[in-house]
Amino acid sequence: METSFAITGKGYTIVASDTTAARSIVKMKVDEDRIKVLSSHLLMACSGEPGDTIQFSEFVERNIRLFQIRNNYSLKPSAAAAWIRRSLAQSLRSRKPYSVNLLLGGYDTTSHRPHLYWVDYLGTMTEVPFAAHGYGSYFVLSLLDKYHDPEAPLEEGLAVLKRCMDEVAKRLIVNPSAYKIKIVDKDGVREIEL
Amino acid sequence: MNTFASRFASTGPLAELKRAQKDVEDDEFSDTMWGTQAGFGSLAKGVPTFTVPNLPDPSAFLRLHTDDHADPNCKIKIAHGTTTLAFRFKGGVIVAVDSRATAGSYVASGTVKKVIEINPYLLGTMAGGAADCQYWETYLGMHCRLHELRNRERISVSAASKFLSNLVYGYKGMGLSMGTMVCGWDKTGPAIFYVDSDGTRLKGDLFSVGSGSTFAYGVLDQGYHWDLTDAEAQELGRRSIYAAGHRDAFSGNTCNLYHVKENGWEFIGNYDVSKMHYDGPGDVAGSAGVGYGYDIRVEGRSSANPPA
Repeated sequence: METSFAITGKGYTIVASDTTAARSIVKMKVDEDRIKVLSSHLLMACSGEPGDTIQFSEFVERNIRLFQIRNNYSLKPSAAAAWIRRSLAQSLRSRKPYSVNLLLGGYDTTSHRPHLYWVDYLGTMTEVPFAAHGYGSYFVLSLLDKYHDPEAPLEEGLAVLKRCMDEVAKRLIVNPSAYKIKIVDKDGVREIEL
Repeated sequence: MNTFASRFASTGPLAELKRAQKDVEDDEFSDTMWGTQAGFGSLAKGVPTFTVPNLPDPSAFLRLHTDDHADPNCKIKIAHGTTTLAFRFKGGVIVAVDSRATAGSYVASGTVKKVIEINPYLLGTMAGGAADCQYWETYLGMHCRLHELRNRERISVSAASKFLSNLVYGYKGMGLSMGTMVCGWDKTGPAIFYVDSDGTRLKGDLFSVGSGSTFAYGVLDQGYHWDLTDAEAQELGRRSIYAAGHRDAFSGNTCNLYHVKENGWEFIGNYDVSKMHYDGPGDVAGSAGVGYGYDIRVEGRSSANPPA
């Protein structure tokens, strides 16, 4: 199962997601980007049922864009998260629900605060300082309880993220080979290599 | 006349009793036989057998009444959730465990002793079926003592753990459930062996077992290195059990901490997980004196970054 995690720090949110797309015991692709850029200051890492993840993330992407075109401004992270959560909750009560788990990382340019939302396929949403989905979460949540610092500068935040990836590589049987890492801060979204 | 006849009858309660007594005598090895059979012990008495429930398929019977995944209304709920850990470092072995026993979703006890004191040099940990661990590790302790008496020296950790693993392997497939670490100090120094009811036996420096083990590993791996001081090592054990107690619903309540040194094990203390969350472990070696809880640790710190 895919692993993704995200952390907030002083003025930024980092979202990381492994890049392997597997089917049964076969790795189909090793450089799949699971982190969608929804707007200038909003990221979404999507994991879960193959098919559903792509369909749902593109549906969200287009609707966020539509809002932008209609209103000439983009949704704040909190508003976008609420809308996405509601979409998932409505889908859950339909004939064929999307089963996707999300991490939404954003930066609110009006309040200068980074935001991170943990959302699961049941439509549970909670705002958190750090989050994880997949089997990796069993290892990194306790780690982040100890090492995460909300005031950590970017270098320290990346060091903590490195700890998480190392721990997952050390203990998870099928360890992800590579991660895609994206950062959102006051300057917008960018991708980095670790 | 009636009593006289019953003495020779092949049915009836007296005959039953006689048969049982004979079975018991056959099962026992005479102590004087030990060490005198030159490795041909199985030939002298035949291959040893085990006493199992009198049913065509004992393991299926056990599963029928204990498997709450298949049947949530099953009659017997086996205590399962746990976090235990042990690691070796330059100062000996640290053994730390939680104290919660759950039966299904019910917290059956918060004061379980999951470290079994086999003898002054050996500790065993309890994960899986509480009864299985408690019984067989106490039984192991009995045989470790017999080893001492026969051979005039203490049993090695390796030998003790192998005795246990061979024993549980004999019951493989019959429903035993245990994941244990046999820890101690012998001629070779500090040692840890992981033994489970599958028959796995592993020698290693660092193990964690139970439903909360992944959370404990997350903290343990990141803080572990060989040259830890005694205080640092004890703190790491405590902190790791706290992490599991906090994140895993089936672990928690308190942490029991042991330190095995050259002269045997020492009980360091019992720490309340909630207390560690809010106030820290108290006035103990290696503690920073603040609560381990995330919200307590980062209180007043903000990720907001307004322009100066």
